[in-house]
Amino acid sequence: MEKSIIVAGFGGQGVMVIGQLFSYTACETTDKYVTFFPSYGAEQRGGTANCYVVISDEPVGAPKVEKVDYLVVLNEPSMQRFKDAVLPGGTLFINSTIVKNVPDRDDINIVHVDAGNIAQELGNPKCMNLVMAGAVIGESEILPADNVLQTAFKKLGAKRPEMNPINEKAFNRGLAIGKAAKKQ
Amino acid sequence: MEKIYSRASGIFEGAVSGFCPGCMHSTICKIVTQVIDELNMTDHTCFIQGVGCCGLSITYLDMDTISAPHGRACAIASAFKRCAPETLVFTYQGDGDLASIGLAETISAANRGENFTVIFVNNGTYGMTGGQMAPTTLVGTKTTTSPYGRDPGEHGYPIHMCELLSQLSAPAYIARVTCADVPNVRKAKAAVKKAFEYQLAGKGFSFVEFVTNCPTNWGMSPLETLDYVRDTVLNEFPLGEFRAK
Amino acid sequence: MAEKIFMKGCEAVSESAIRAGCRFFAGYPITPQNEVPEYFARRMPSVKGVFIQGESEVASANMVYGAAASGVRCMTSSSSCGISLKSEAISFMAGARLPVVLANFQRGGPGIGTIQPAQQDYNQATKASGNGGFRMLVLSPSDLQEAVDMTYRAFDLADKYQNPVMLLLDGFTGAMMEPVILPEAKTDEELDAIRATKTYATTGKKGGKQHKVICGPGLDTRVSQEEMNRRDAKMYEGWETDEIDYEEFLIDDAELILTAYGITGRIAKSAVKLLRAEGYKVGLIRPRTIYPFSKVAFDNLDYGKIRGILSAEMAIPEQFSTDVKTAVCGRTKVETALSSGGNILDRGYIIEQAKKLYGDK
Repeated sequence: MEKSIIVAGFGGQGVMVIGQLFSYTACETTDKYVTFFPSYGAEQRGGTANCYVVISDEPVGAPKVEKVDYLVVLNEPSMQRFKDAVLPGGTLFINSTIVKNVPDRDDINIVHVDAGNIAQELGNPKCMNLVMAGAVIGESEILPADNVLQTAFKKLGAKRPEMNPINEKAFNRGLAIGKAAKKQ
Repeated sequence: MEKIYSRASGIFEGAVSGFCPGCMHSTICKIVTQVIDELNMTDHTCFIQGVGCCGLSITYLDMDTISAPHGRACAIASAFKRCAPETLVFTYQGDGDLASIGLAETISAANRGENFTVIFVNNGTYGMTGGQMAPTTLVGTKTTTSPYGRDPGEHGYPIHMCELLSQLSAPAYIARVTCADVPNVRKAKAAVKKAFEYQLAGKGFSFVEFVTNCPTNWGMSPLETLDYVRDTVLNEFPLGEFRAK
Repeated sequence: MAEKIFMKGCEAVSESAIRAGCRFFAGYPITPQNEVPEYFARRMPSVKGVFIQGESEVASANMVYGAAASGVRCMTSSSSCGISLKSEAISFMAGARLPVVLANFQRGGPGIGTIQPAQQDYNQATKASGNGGFRMLVLSPSDLQEAVDMTYRAFDLADKYQNPVMLLLDGFTGAMMEPVILPEAKTDEELDAIRATKTYATTGKKGGKQHKVICGPGLDTRVSQEEMNRRDAKMYEGWETDEIDYEEFLIDDAELILTAYGITGRIAKSAVKLLRAEGYKVGLIRPRTIYPFSKVAFDNLDYGKIRGILSAEMAIPEQFSTDVKTAVCGRTKVETALSSGGNILDRGYIIEQAKKLYGDK
């Protein structure tokens, strides 16, 4: 089984953190193969940013594909750019706090995550990306949720252990939204 | 019988230099090899030869040698010395090599304070290629590529390497010398010795510029070139120690 | 078994080089390989190695020339137009027969191109990375584990032949992350022993009778240029039998062959798997050593049953594909799937082109 993900937003939203969190989890806690490819705009700050993650039971052939199983969209420009990149049967995860234009497609699952507001509510707007990460894991089950959380503690908590509790809350809020949005 | 003079061990026995008659390259090679003998370092020296007439020293100097691409001797010396710090390292470069095509390498190595010595042979012309204009050619001088004379409006002015490098903080020793007469040969030898001693003491970048001649391309007899160096060239390139940390 | 580490391509190559004993690195910033000099700058002090940020690519490559002359294992890296600037020193090092490892994380071209990945330096790497007609072994990995293993091996090959070895990568491979298992680090004792074998190092005569000279053909008065050229040509010829390395995948019953190298090689391989799943009899030839060219792989094909060969690369006009056509020599049809401008070849496009060439199942 091979699953591909695009995470897209602007620099500073934690785009790469989401992609790397999944990648490190796959590498360090499972037997799966994984590739991560970051793509930045020319700007050093504030530009667009997106990354491609492929998680597979076999060696990954194409680390960057045109169409993916899961698309995570954190801002409006990314929606415009990638809205056609979801494979039929795939899932689109939207940071619905700021992304208002939603494609009219009934062949994919669309999961609205009010991630910006949830993060605000939890007391740190920066943990928006963990809400989104939780939602992806809850809906897709591509990786065990606990492994992802432990990896978050290990990687993000290394420098800022005081962030662990809020990151955990953010991830779990997203996880619940993802699980609830699962297509039966 | 007491032996009062012998060939420096850094020069091949029976070697005939490829330098033109009257060219001061031979004298400079002699000074440098004598100093290295005095420091007892001939067996622990690597010299990096530039391109041009300096390259002729490959058949003359009996020491470990690296032949550099044109202008790159200072980059090679920087890395070599850092990887083999126990070796005495010097570059041997002319004005086209050091002050034109290799200007970036020269200034950058000096600015990093790399611990090696540059022997810079400035004769104001590209000798090997047949007498083209060099960055150090005097204003008004006719060369094959400035047939109407070096014109400041078109070619700018001679570049003064000692003065230029003196603007940097890192270099440890900078001096300009000449071999135009015997007292100056003695001074030149003392400067070369000081430069190598600085290197052996780990003080950093040392630089000795020789203001010298090119009878062949200047179109003068060897003696005339010496007069010309003393009377004219030294007015443009004053001798002295510019830096001795 | 050693631990899997999730690493970025540039850093994996750098770490592998250090483990292979690289103790001198000089480089100059150019995207997309800046993480290489940055990694060496951070890491070299801990292994008592030397890192210099050169004043230019020209200087950095010449610094490596100097380091190699001292007998240490050394490396430089750059990208495309930066490699062009290094070509002066590369030619000198090949002429002087110095072991050095070079990495090119290719970007677009000609000229400054874009900072996006490309495979447009194939001809430069395999035919003429400088004047004078010298050759280098050129290795091109498809994934990061291969990049790590090839980097490690490149230092041994450079020493074995006393000649530059080039790793031809691309900006994508440099930026992507993938799990790798790193090789054992060479010990200081092992490195001292390797350095001791380098009797050509110009660190002083030290009582020796003859002084050592590091220079190219023509300057050494003891051997003629022609003799040196002939000696080198013989070595290059030997690589044709000793150093060709390629991957064959599902070749035996294949009626269509996909061929590609580097990053495109892995994409082509996964295209083969998908085509097989649909019932197409497709196989893959993926050169790992791209100089010398894996001509033998194409000679071994059974052209009686092959409908054609599809050669894929990120270069317009084609470069690698020309060598494929030369090797195939008209025995079957060779078509191409090409991209440039930073566009990674899409697997879907390769599959589409393959089906077109294949015809009816």
